[in-house]
Amino acid sequence: MKKVFKLEDLECAHCAQKMEDGIRKLDGVQNVKVNFIMQKMTLEADDERFDEVLKEAVQICKKIEPDCRIIIK
Amino acid sequence: MTKKQKKNALRCGIAAGLLVIVYLLAHFLPLPWWAKLLLFLLPYGVIGYDVLISAFRNIIHGQVFDEKFLMAVASIGAFVIGENAEAAVVMLFYQVGELFQSIAVGKSRNSIKELMAIRPDTATVVRDGQEITVDPDEVEVGETIVIRPGEKIPLDGVVIGGEASVSTAALTGESAPADKCEGDTVISGCIDLSGVLYVRTTSSFEEGTVSKILELVENASEKKAKSENFISKFARYYTPAVVFSALLLAVIPPLFLGIGVLSVWTEWIKRALTFLVVSCPCALVISVPLSFFGGIGGASKKGILLKGASDLEMLSKIKTFVFDKTGTLTEGNFHVTAIHPHEMSKDELLDIAALAESYSSHPIAESIVLAHKGHLDKGRVGKVTEHAGFGVEAEIDGESVFVGNARFMKEVGAECNVCEECEGCAERGGTVVYLAHKNKCLGHIMVSDVVKKDAQNMIKELKKLGVKKTVMLTGDVEKTALAISEEVGVDEYRAGLLPQQKAEEMEKLTSGEKVAFVGDGINDAPVLACADVGIAMGAMGSDAAIEAADVVLMDDQLKKIPLAMKISTRTMRIVKENIIFSLGVKLGVLALAAVGIAGMWLAVFADVGVCVIAVLNAMRALRVPEKSSRS
Repeated sequence: MKKVFKLEDLECAHCAQKMEDGIRKLDGVQNVKVNFIMQKMTLEADDERFDEVLKEAVQICKKIEPDCRIIIK
Repeated sequence: MTKKQKKNALRCGIAAGLLVIVYLLAHFLPLPWWAKLLLFLLPYGVIGYDVLISAFRNIIHGQVFDEKFLMAVASIGAFVIGENAEAAVVMLFYQVGELFQSIAVGKSRNSIKELMAIRPDTATVVRDGQEITVDPDEVEVGETIVIRPGEKIPLDGVVIGGEASVSTAALTGESAPADKCEGDTVISGCIDLSGVLYVRTTSSFEEGTVSKILELVENASEKKAKSENFISKFARYYTPAVVFSALLLAVIPPLFLGIGVLSVWTEWIKRALTFLVVSCPCALVISVPLSFFGGIGGASKKGILLKGASDLEMLSKIKTFVFDKTGTLTEGNFHVTAIHPHEMSKDELLDIAALAESYSSHPIAESIVLAHKGHLDKGRVGKVTEHAGFGVEAEIDGESVFVGNARFMKEVGAECNVCEECEGCAERGGTVVYLAHKNKCLGHIMVSDVVKKDAQNMIKELKKLGVKKTVMLTGDVEKTALAISEEVGVDEYRAGLLPQQKAEEMEKLTSGEKVAFVGDGINDAPVLACADVGIAMGAMGSDAAIEAADVVLMDDQLKKIPLAMKISTRTMRIVKENIIFSLGVKLGVLALAAVGIAGMWLAVFADVGVCVIAVLNAMRALRVPEKSSRS
């Protein structure tokens, strides 16, 4: 499954890189892109693990940039 | 400004006010050191509490080289060595800088989003006889949508009712509108200028032109350019290196200069702390990708889609341009270029030819019919017989007329001679169509594929931009190739090539300097792939071309090629400016700090000030040079 999320208050460019690197290492992630300029994250992960992966991804973003939030519709 | 930015601006103001009061108190009142420290901790706390908190959190997470952590260490260190005012000011400057940076980044994000405002917000769809407004995502293939004047066409489709003139400006950068009526295809992202259109959708929103373009542009930043990779590698080593040298700077010199003297230690620790302040590579990390993004976004506004930052970088280095002939340098379809009757008027001759050819679907026949602008009275045409490889025999007003090539004329016994002008034209790839009545020649019509109007100019522009060699590839015969290449002004040509030979020829050309190939993207995908940069023209709505090329031109105007080149060289210049400027300032400040000239204040400027300036510079890449260069 592939989904696009908005990132609010993503302010630091190399944090975006760090988030991407961190999320990519998660179990079940096929591909992830954190686009600093468009403030968007494109997450591609196994269907059955998607929700868990997303939760972990939110944690990683919190850790790297505390103000930054992933908007989950 | 966002909520967060407003809050931070307020905080900066309060802290600055407090700092002035505290500074005056500390200056004029005879206070003990601890009282002064406590006083300065007040504005420091107001402005820096969040930095301290995240610094603390970062240590727990093991991220030592985070800029907030480094700022915290630098300012706390300054308090420890008794530089209270410096500590508070450094933190204040840092936050002000961060605020400016955040505003600048936000501004450029907005202008980029504006550039890509081709995304329609709503679609009006007809369901059960009712018009309802929905999200374009919700419209299915085969549904009917309504577009009113002033609205964006939300989905690709075919017009099933209504008439309107449509502007493709948002996609191609060209303002000339196109008229659309029943049966025409329309593309999402265009704007309806007049009239109501009923359109049956042919693709979902996600698969449509607008989504494809947006995806392409948004993801372009992920195909990283070499200079971007250089920066991210550099950033990885820069911070640890600076922090490590700060450590050495704090310890080594005092060991030699006065191991027991406190003032020596504080001096060198202060210099080391200054190092920490300059250690973040943020100016580079933000501004370089932002410049690329600006260039790519600006180009897309002009109908030039660059698939990646790496393609933009490569385009600026191209020294050889290779063109396909048909459809790229020439129009790719036939036009009547001359009408030479023997004993009648031009219109009469064309009239006869058009009538005779009116039932044929051959491209040459079609071009003759197209050239006949008036009304064709097909009732005048009787029996029509096609002679494959020769031409047509048609009865017009009861008289038998032959229309075809020289061989056909010989066959029917008509003596037809071509004039000198048309002979030359035929050598350049034109086709002569003869007309005869019984065995009497009526005249001839010249049909040829014409060179695009702006072809010559384009070659000249490219030369001005530093392109060394231009080459034309064609499947046509030597004579035609020579004539066309002379007309257009390309340096070299390769004639008589089969499609697969074009790719081979391309490979030979790519051995030396960087080569770009320009084609129509339909049957030259392998050649596009061979080139360092493959440019597909006239690709509006063509998936195959978008897939195969590195650079996609939405329309088929040749002037977009030098424009793309200009945008890329300009963007690369901005990128280089940013790299040199921010590195230069940082290294300069480091050097000055090491010898004790630059204080922490200057260091903060080097850190965030440079970043803001670099971001502002990067935003220039968004603007596209309008006028073609004149020199």
